[in-house]
Amino acid sequence: MSKPLKKTGLIFFPAFDWAISPDHPEREERLLYTQDQVFEEGLLDFDNIVEYKPGIATHAQINRAHICVPDTRHLTTNSHLISAGGAITAAHKVLSGEVDNAFALVRPPGHHAMLVAHGARGFCNINIEAVMVEYIRHTFGVKRIAIIDTDCHHGDGTQDIYWNDPDVLCVSMHQDGRTLYPGTGFVEDFGGPNALGATINIPLPPRTSDEGFLFAVENVILPILDEFKPEIIINSAGQDNHYSDPITNMNFSAQGYALLNEKLAPHIAVLEGGYSIERALPYVNTGIILAMAGLDYSFIREPDYNADRLRQSAEITRLIKDEAKNIMALWKTRKSLKRQITGQASYIRRGKNIYYDTDGIVEKQTETVRVCDDCGGLVMIDSAADTGKKIFAVILPNGCCPACRKDGEMYFDRVSTSQYHHTYFQDRQRDVFVVK
Amino acid sequence: MILGIDVGGTHTDAVLLDSFQLIAKTKVLTHSANIVASLQEATRILFDGKGIHHIERIVLSTTISTNAIVQNKTNRVAMVLLSGPGLAPSMLNPGEDAFFARGYVNHRGIPVENISASEISGIGNQIADKAIRQIGIVGKFSSRNPQQEIDTAGLLRSDSRNISMGHTLSGQLNFRRRIATTYLNAAISDIFRKFAADVKAFTDSIDAQIPVYILKADGGTMLLSEALACPVQTIHSGPAAGIMGVLAAANIREDAVALDIGGTTTDISVFAEGVPLLEPSGVTIDGRKTLIRGLYSKSIGIGGDSVVKVQDGQLIIGPEREGPAAALGGHLPTPTDAMVVLGIVSFGDKSMAQDALAPLAAKLGVDTKKVARAIIDQTTAAIADHVRMMLSEINNKPVYTIHELLEGRMIEPKMIYVCGGPAALAPYISEKLGWPCTIPDHSEVSNALGVALARTTAEITLLADTEKGELIISEEGRVQKISDDFTIEDAVAVGRETLRKKAAQLGADPRDMIIEVTEAQEFNMIRDFCTTGKNIRVKIQIKPGLISAGAER
Repeated sequence: MSKPLKKTGLIFFPAFDWAISPDHPEREERLLYTQDQVFEEGLLDFDNIVEYKPGIATHAQINRAHICVPDTRHLTTNSHLISAGGAITAAHKVLSGEVDNAFALVRPPGHHAMLVAHGARGFCNINIEAVMVEYIRHTFGVKRIAIIDTDCHHGDGTQDIYWNDPDVLCVSMHQDGRTLYPGTGFVEDFGGPNALGATINIPLPPRTSDEGFLFAVENVILPILDEFKPEIIINSAGQDNHYSDPITNMNFSAQGYALLNEKLAPHIAVLEGGYSIERALPYVNTGIILAMAGLDYSFIREPDYNADRLRQSAEITRLIKDEAKNIMALWKTRKSLKRQITGQASYIRRGKNIYYDTDGIVEKQTETVRVCDDCGGLVMIDSAADTGKKIFAVILPNGCCPACRKDGEMYFDRVSTSQYHHTYFQDRQRDVFVVK
Repeated sequence: MILGIDVGGTHTDAVLLDSFQLIAKTKVLTHSANIVASLQEATRILFDGKGIHHIERIVLSTTISTNAIVQNKTNRVAMVLLSGPGLAPSMLNPGEDAFFARGYVNHRGIPVENISASEISGIGNQIADKAIRQIGIVGKFSSRNPQQEIDTAGLLRSDSRNISMGHTLSGQLNFRRRIATTYLNAAISDIFRKFAADVKAFTDSIDAQIPVYILKADGGTMLLSEALACPVQTIHSGPAAGIMGVLAAANIREDAVALDIGGTTTDISVFAEGVPLLEPSGVTIDGRKTLIRGLYSKSIGIGGDSVVKVQDGQLIIGPEREGPAAALGGHLPTPTDAMVVLGIVSFGDKSMAQDALAPLAAKLGVDTKKVARAIIDQTTAAIADHVRMMLSEINNKPVYTIHELLEGRMIEPKMIYVCGGPAALAPYISEKLGWPCTIPDHSEVSNALGVALARTTAEITLLADTEKGELIISEEGRVQKISDDFTIEDAVAVGRETLRKKAAQLGADPRDMIIEVTEAQEFNMIRDFCTTGKNIRVKIQIKPGLISAGAER
């Protein structure tokens, strides 16, 4: 079993002094046994595995990805800045060529944090992948990026942030939203009017095992990546598909996770959820690190692993095959679908109700997108939360066309500030962030 | 009086201290085939016929363990590994006589798979067939629960066999390093026993019935009799002697860097408030990464005798060495020759140094003085760069808490100490780094001085798991029951007491038992949203340093 070795950067930051609350799944103990396993296996002694200290993200870096209400300072603590900073460090090491790939094994996670953030949802305050993606685009001028969310929960935050961005492919493979938080992420959710096909959802039935996950990777994710041709692939690497995870219902294994990462070959992996801290995380993380580094992971196995008990039913196999077929059929229509959806409209509007389970906040949002063939399109968001905060945001995409820019600047000028607590102007193309 | 002897590869240095003051010193050539002869010669010169009976202790450092490993003069070792799942066996480098057996424990020290007595005795038969006498036993996570190693040893033990167990050598995690450490410990067992017997013959010959200590890689000492069970701790004591030597000669109290500039290499070491830094995981010897606690040092290929040449219009310094400097009879130009030409040092033959530099000067189209200055500049700049790099590595070492990341202490050197033949380069290095420099006294025998004054060190690792109701002290092979209200303070108290006993056994003076808690972490264990116990991790050490009165010299 000889594979090419890769130089792998590891940003390991278990934040042993931080918890959402003492008995929360997102607590000090979470990565303790992972650290034990990584140290005991001596992974840091391999010449091609290098450990780095995480950087600390700045508020300006977060403002490129989010509209934080009222501002980033109120929504983040040092733990969030370090977690996002760790992801940025991983990206920096890869993009500067110091390593071939990197794994940010950091906490807290971020993939449930949406474009507008009033508080914490799904244990996430800020979306660490999105902050990283904006860093990559801003610093290295990378255009096409793919985020493959392999967490068991739908990566709804990442999807929301890139819903209208045709250059960032967001694929989320997760337990069917009818059976798990956050209850979204269906095949029909396919991206905004200017970015159809740049959002792909692969809901999987409960009790899907290695076979089903790897089938979806080979028959949906890899073919789509082949066509999308991203310059950078990111694995938003949740570990809660594991058969022992206490808050989900899947049957994925450490071997499966390692194989998935070998097939996906992400440039950057960022830890998301995963709360089976003793029975899964130590083995899953060891497997992922070995797979990324091109080292033999075939002897990694959970102490209680039993392939027979985890095998998925024929019914599940059939469901996944059908779904893969549907997704690929939809994917093939992505270019012709736009006119069907937009018709003659120059703006498309959608309403959203967002619940922040961690902080108990309810938000009502209206998102308006300019239909545009030249860029991702101007986005405007009107948002009111039951905290009493009401805001308006104008977002110009990366590669914004002159027409969208003109409209966006006009709307931001005209907006009546008395109606809102804050109005925000986020220009991703020119890296400008204005609040009034 | 204390007799300190550093048996180095080339020279054996010896010092005699009375009330911690140096009263005699000598340097003789090392007879590598007969170490005792070197010891006898050095002591004969040192005592010069005067009374030997006033000596309270003898402290030695020796390259015997290191040389045995580097020169492959080792025992054949059968390794019995309880590895469980994880890295592939081929990635563990266990040597040719490795036996993988059933049984392993997990990260909490809970046995996942039991050992099989019949399998182990079968392995015992194979070891007997191969007539291997040295056995190393290492289990995955054995520092979290040593019982399986102990049970395996029980099944394999016999009078003709010598057994090394992984958990006794270090409490740290790292299975591969534990394997390497245990293997080396078994591999040098015989040669170390022979050395200990030779030393006994030597002390008998000078009629000294006094404790004999030996220096370890961490710059601490232990009784030679205690080292018989863990000879691997004495590897790398050469660099350790060098670092303890600077500490003793210069009485360092602040954050500092020490340079030992030799002929071929320059060794860099770092001190935090006068305490030499330790390797984060363990020393590397002959390419093998171990768990042996050792002083942190880096060796770079630049020294006083490095060959200087011109290549593509650029000066290249080192890393080769081809004999001594031209000024001292060598045939190639070196930084030492540049120092001679500029009058920075006043030994050797200046005209020979000038002749050696002349071709370089011609190639660069400048005069010899200018080329000499360029050589000094480039040599000291390279050393300064490495010092900066090493500090940046230390100060950027990953940490795992927000507190450490934001508030972590940085090493900020206030002084640079320079020893070795080309120590006269000190002001040039100092200028480049912007810190003042000191060249300590007695630097020609500072290694022996450091050896003589080094205190006994020890370290223990505790893991208390109140859900399991167990306390484990790996290095002691101890597993004991605890109640569910056991606290981190209890763990530290047990640790202190255990460390004190261990240090006394290793030969420590109670006055020098300066105990430091290096790690104390406590985690609430929560299962299904209920607190089920605490996972407590404590590490306690006696840090390297000088014996008490020595520190007030």
